[in-house]
Amino acid sequence: MTFKLKTLTAVGAFALAAASPALAQTEIQWWHAMTGANNDVVVKLAEEFNASQKDYKVVVAYKGSYPDTLNAGIAAFRAGNAPHIMQVFEVGTATMMSAKGAIKPVADVMKDAGESFDPKSYLPAITGYYSTTKGEMLSFPFNSSSMVMWYNKDALKKAGLPEAPPKTWPEAFEAAKKLKAAGWDKCGISTAWTTWANIEQLGAWHNVPVGTKANGFDGFDTEFRINGDLFVKHLTNLANLQKEGVFSYSGRTNTGEGRFTSGECPLFLTSSAFFGNVKANAKFDWSNAPMPYYPDVAGAPQNSIIGGASLWVMGGKKADEYKGVAKFFTFLSDVDRQVKLHTESGYLPITKAAYEKVKASGFYKQNPYLETPLLELNNKEPTENSRGVRFGGLVQIRDIWSEEIEAALNGQKTPKAALDAANERGNQALRQFERTAK
Amino acid sequence: MQKYAHFKGLTIPLLLLLPQLAITVVFFYWPASQAVWQSFLLQDAFGISTEFVWFENYRDLFSKPEYYKALINTGIFSVFVALLSLSLALLFAVMADRQIRGVEIYKTLLIWPYAVAPAIAGVLWIFMFDPSLGMLARGLQSLGVAWNPRLNGNDAMTLVILAATWKQISYNFLFFLAGLQSIPKSVIEAAVIDGARPMRRFWTIVFPLLSPTTFFLLVVNLVYVFFDTFGIIDTISGGGPSGATETLVYKVYSDGKGGTNLGGSAAQSVILLIMVIGMTAFQFRFIERKVNY
Repeated sequence: MTFKLKTLTAVGAFALAAASPALAQTEIQWWHAMTGANNDVVVKLAEEFNASQKDYKVVVAYKGSYPDTLNAGIAAFRAGNAPHIMQVFEVGTATMMSAKGAIKPVADVMKDAGESFDPKSYLPAITGYYSTTKGEMLSFPFNSSSMVMWYNKDALKKAGLPEAPPKTWPEAFEAAKKLKAAGWDKCGISTAWTTWANIEQLGAWHNVPVGTKANGFDGFDTEFRINGDLFVKHLTNLANLQKEGVFSYSGRTNTGEGRFTSGECPLFLTSSAFFGNVKANAKFDWSNAPMPYYPDVAGAPQNSIIGGASLWVMGGKKADEYKGVAKFFTFLSDVDRQVKLHTESGYLPITKAAYEKVKASGFYKQNPYLETPLLELNNKEPTENSRGVRFGGLVQIRDIWSEEIEAALNGQKTPKAALDAANERGNQALRQFERTAK
Repeated sequence: MQKYAHFKGLTIPLLLLLPQLAITVVFFYWPASQAVWQSFLLQDAFGISTEFVWFENYRDLFSKPEYYKALINTGIFSVFVALLSLSLALLFAVMADRQIRGVEIYKTLLIWPYAVAPAIAGVLWIFMFDPSLGMLARGLQSLGVAWNPRLNGNDAMTLVILAATWKQISYNFLFFLAGLQSIPKSVIEAAVIDGARPMRRFWTIVFPLLSPTTFFLLVVNLVYVFFDTFGIIDTISGGGPSGATETLVYKVYSDGKGGTNLGGSAAQSVILLIMVIGMTAFQFRFIERKVNY
């Protein structure tokens, strides 16, 4: 061996040695939309996973609100630079589903990587939402929630109301009127997520369709049905009470949630995942209850639908990277980890085993409010109208609906006219989506 | 004598122009042509399926009442913001141009809002005027004003106009102040000697001499309200309630956002581009004639 060759070999070996730790670890990009306490949860999960093995490294990146994260992912995909895992809120499900080639179904990811994976071990109310009608799981459920009615126990007591929260909408409206008389003159009752509460959940909870074709599950050629009697009746009630100052509109998303924790709104419908904030900030005695229902609707209440988000795996990555993603999902499904996630964040446990374990531990006796969304979801066997909603372009459609609901609440339009317009404009958006989602 | 320098051939003039042309092509013509191309397409969010649809996106826009509403909103919004921010800035500039104690502090404070990003400005104003959180909103409510920008379109519009104006005053103030200071003192002194009162001096001497500045600011302000106020609207009202504060540029964003309607969004930005070209041409053709340089 000549001197030159020796040096080269030595240099080469050295370079290899220096590079190998970096080469061995495959990076997995995870884009998410969690803030505050839930952001800490995401970061901690990634850290724990990275510490648990040496081959893969999950790198988390916060990309803004749910719609922002979805946009960032879409833009990155168009630029050929998509992350491996993308957290997409339930409203974006149809958009992701229709993007064949852009995504890789979770079922395939797990199968190709040889990870043991049984969709049946997950809660059906959750997996149903993220699976094809044939039962193939497309995305991995991560943070799921449902809508509940949070109530201020101290306020109810002060207004001379029974300790048990109102069960039906007429009862809830009566209670709100009494609360107003007792000093809550700005807001007796309110909801966050306007369309989720007053259209999507309202429909499911009363077993009334929001759209045709099983709320969009059976194909994209669906039409909305949100100008039916139930929706008109509900919006009419809200609009009348808004005029009286009993109901008070709190905006399209959850920015108005602070009105509950500050004590301004004693009855407030929003996500069960509001738990962390309530626990940290509410300086009064509180709890939650199932959403109210209209007792004159036969069979009500049916069951609620989920919200929150799931993790989508993007297409076009290397086999090794997919293996890491699959390992990470197995890690997330671990029973103890799910138990901890559920009891700390207020999001639902995604596996049956985790739910059973929490139930058996007696945790819900002290913290009944964490079981409320699960009881709502499992209230009855889901029907075509209560399995969930899957409409393309729902992000945009929700804005259209909100616009029309606002017009009804501020008296520009009658509730019927507003919902007719919302239905019509929603259908136009659906037709446009249908054309692009071939 | 020849008025212009003449180059022989094309090579040297082209070479000299090249840097400027390159920048214009890369940062203006290329993106603008992309927008025009996109406005003829119907595409899904991920760009997987694309269909060429000619003018359908445009036809679609003009068949919807929401687009006309955004057009009207933009008109109201831009007239109010431009008028308010120009007149208030002029007032402040005239005040600050006088010999007063601590004038530097006033100037600095007046210029400050310009350093605030539009989105932050929006958040500041919503903090003051949010019907639940805002201190000033509570004050209004305790005075018996039913203030609720969350649901009342006029309240929301008022709030966006105020925030957008507040943010633009600094910029206008700077230019007006510079304009005022470049007016020769001797002219004003002569007027004083002639016995002209301050108001008369202002309208007959100062204001006409400021007209180039005012004209420039008018153009800049309209461009500002058309394009830069998007962050303010987004943080204050999100275009709501019920589309009451949705301006054209905000609609471009909200339709394109979520990737659901890129074609429609592109069509809107093309129309916006044409409108601004038209407006600028109009201003230079007709209003500029009234300007004395």
